[in-house]
Amino acid sequence: MPYACIFVPVFPVAAVFRAEPELRALAVAIFEGKPPLEKVFAVNESAGRIGITPAMTKAQAELCSELTLRPRSPMQESGAHAALLDCALSFSPCVEDAAADTAILDLAGMESLFGSLPEIAHNLFRRAAELGIDGNVAVASNPDAAVLAARGFSGVTIISPGRECETLGCLPIEVLSAKGCERNERKRKDDNQQKEAGLLGALLGTLDRWGVRDLQALAALPAIALSERLGQEGLRLQQLARGRTSRTLVPVEALPVFEEAIELEHPIVLLEPLAFLLNRLLEQICARLASRALNTQELRLTLELQNLTGGNPRLDFPETSSESDASPIASQTTAQHFVSGRQTKFCRTLSLPLPLLDPKLFLKLLQLDLNAHPPGAPIIKIHLAAEPARPRSAQGGLFLPPTPEPEKLELTLARIAALVGESHVGSLELLDTHRAEGFRMRRFMPGATQERAPALENRPGRTEPPKDKSAVAALRMFRPPLRATVTLENGQLVRVVCSKKKEAQGNVLWKAGPWRSSGDWWEREAWSRDEWDIALQTAEGIALYRLVHDLLGGGWFVEGTYD
Amino acid sequence: MSSAVFSTSAAQGRPFVFDSENEAEVCPEPLGVELFTEARPPQRAGNTGLPRPFQDSRLAGVTAASRLAVRPAPEMVSSGIAAMDMLTGGLPRGCLTEICGPASSGRSTLMLSALAAATWRREFCAVIDASDALDPQSVASAGIELDRLLWVRCGENSHHAEHCLEQVLRVTDLLLESGGFGLIVLDLGDLPPQTARRIPLTTWFRFRRAVEHTPTVLLAVERQSIAGSCSSLLIKLGLIKLGSIKLNTSENPERPMNSQFPAPTHAQLLTGLEITAELVRSRMERKPVRSAEITFASKTVWAG
Repeated sequence: MPYACIFVPVFPVAAVFRAEPELRALAVAIFEGKPPLEKVFAVNESAGRIGITPAMTKAQAELCSELTLRPRSPMQESGAHAALLDCALSFSPCVEDAAADTAILDLAGMESLFGSLPEIAHNLFRRAAELGIDGNVAVASNPDAAVLAARGFSGVTIISPGRECETLGCLPIEVLSAKGCERNERKRKDDNQQKEAGLLGALLGTLDRWGVRDLQALAALPAIALSERLGQEGLRLQQLARGRTSRTLVPVEALPVFEEAIELEHPIVLLEPLAFLLNRLLEQICARLASRALNTQELRLTLELQNLTGGNPRLDFPETSSESDASPIASQTTAQHFVSGRQTKFCRTLSLPLPLLDPKLFLKLLQLDLNAHPPGAPIIKIHLAAEPARPRSAQGGLFLPPTPEPEKLELTLARIAALVGESHVGSLELLDTHRAEGFRMRRFMPGATQERAPALENRPGRTEPPKDKSAVAALRMFRPPLRATVTLENGQLVRVVCSKKKEAQGNVLWKAGPWRSSGDWWEREAWSRDEWDIALQTAEGIALYRLVHDLLGGGWFVEGTYD
Repeated sequence: MSSAVFSTSAAQGRPFVFDSENEAEVCPEPLGVELFTEARPPQRAGNTGLPRPFQDSRLAGVTAASRLAVRPAPEMVSSGIAAMDMLTGGLPRGCLTEICGPASSGRSTLMLSALAAATWRREFCAVIDASDALDPQSVASAGIELDRLLWVRCGENSHHAEHCLEQVLRVTDLLLESGGFGLIVLDLGDLPPQTARRIPLTTWFRFRRAVEHTPTVLLAVERQSIAGSCSSLLIKLGLIKLGSIKLNTSENPERPMNSQFPAPTHAQLLTGLEITAELVRSRMERKPVRSAEITFASKTVWAG
């Protein structure tokens, strides 16, 4: 039964490289600890060549001008680990999360789907690189041999069944001491693991004193004599060196969490550098989603803001609606501000009408949204999360009428919303009321409309409207209604003068009404009015208007014109 | 050789038609000569000045160069009003259509009918409303599928007409660029003509180019025609007359408007309007020799 292993060497550095790919060519050291006792935790190969080693103090490392120092970021490491698992899960449903830097895949039955084992290994290597992870891939007949090969050999390694001992023989004996390899192999408590690690170190020290430097030498030792001297643990190490262990994988149940974050050394105050970082995060998230054949329908951006001294930072924010009181059209992007301790967070949620996967589109939408709703304070941390969704499965038809492309339309609508306001673009929805202006705006979602009635789309004979249907006389509204001065003679309308609109004034030639209506008397916004349909003799000619007398407010208004 | 012959023919003003009669005139010698042979110099036939290769009868099947660039007629779609379709042939796809007229002339009625017809065809439509004048009740009553209509309400945040106009033009550009709409309505009906005329002609040319070769009908509703020659169809709606207002009185359902003894105002009900439309310009195949005029009726929502 074949197994594959992806191992990421110097994982903390790889996590930083994934977030900042431009650092790959430089000498980089990762430090951790509380200032001023920070120490170098991990270095890449270039840094090692110039003499930087782990456990150096940060002050010592800073003396090297060629070195780039970065703090250890648990968020970046967690993102890289999630990406590693996504990569593995895109090839096999049975994946063991062996360590933060190691994932083991069960490839049984996968050859019929993804090709031969070398093809799978190379594709796995390529997929990991696409996700920003430089890892080693090894395929062997048992998981431990695959792990040792991935740790020992760079690139892609294929070990044929029966040749494990021969292939692994050249590896130094230190590969057995890898903590990650041992961490999840046996589920024990932390103290037991520490004891085990100490025991393993002692065993390897003993082997070193015996002159056993590589796995070939360990494999060649007599088993009974080794057992007498090193016990069962010694035998286990020998089995590992011979590549003859056998165990079942502990499959991980990967949660569909797609989150990426960047912690910034210097606060960002401009949108352009923020967009640059957002682009990177979006590309990472989209690559992860793509590897799992998923799209997203909701993006949550959380910006941690620098707490400005002197005063409440909430005062610096622009006016934005909260999630609870947002209008339906504004639910496309919702905002939340909250202060936790000394940190202020600014959240934006971008809801999409359909599952999409286009980092450029997402970036543009976030840019437009942040342009309209700037955070109002310097940003020190960016956190982006995507809610996964299955890709939409819509089949187009040759004879269907044209439909706006969802990706292009979403961007167009966001641009229009930035121009005219979010509440001024969308579809109409009539409310169950007789009140004037009894409607509200909601999101325009052609995709949902198409999916809702696919049967109607293909219904034959639905190409032309019924011919017997006569046109409906439309009303053109004046928003807001125009206040008018009305002259009455014997209780009859005689003349209407509208100061704001010169066209809507003149003598009343004809009138019909009043039509009285009222409603919502049980609420604060009660209304009661009389409506008249009038024909005015204007300068241009005769025009028909709707005149309204507000019975509660006491005023005359020209509400619209019949056109 | 060929180009020389064509240019000679063009200079002499003759059509590039090679029918049998012309051949008899220009080519007295028997045909069957090899076409475009380089080895043999062209022999002149009589005093016609035409070289021999072009006297071949096989050229009779060649389409004349002047006919090659004939633009295919655009697809016409229904405007939702049968009388209007008879007058104009419908609204052309990929073209700009203008509907102009004063207040109460029926522009919005025609616009909503076109929108209703488009949503009936399962197309998506957009209304770019320069003065936020669309009435949702009228939209619903006209039979427009609300889910298929994108309403862009311009002018709300802008205090100046110029800013509003700028918004309208930018939104139109964006929607045309986005594509996929069957009908895009540019409603400038409440803008004063002097403001609407500030739209440069180049903008209309740009709109025309953007909508060309697309299945979109671009419809501009305005008081006066402002797009000039950029519009393929220009429909002008006339002023209503007092007699064209249809009433339904409680005493006499078809009582005339200008009756000597009108009914009380509360006993009168506006039931509809008679709209007069004139086809001023059309670039379609069915171009009229002179402007044609029709009258059609609209009815109010409550008229049933």
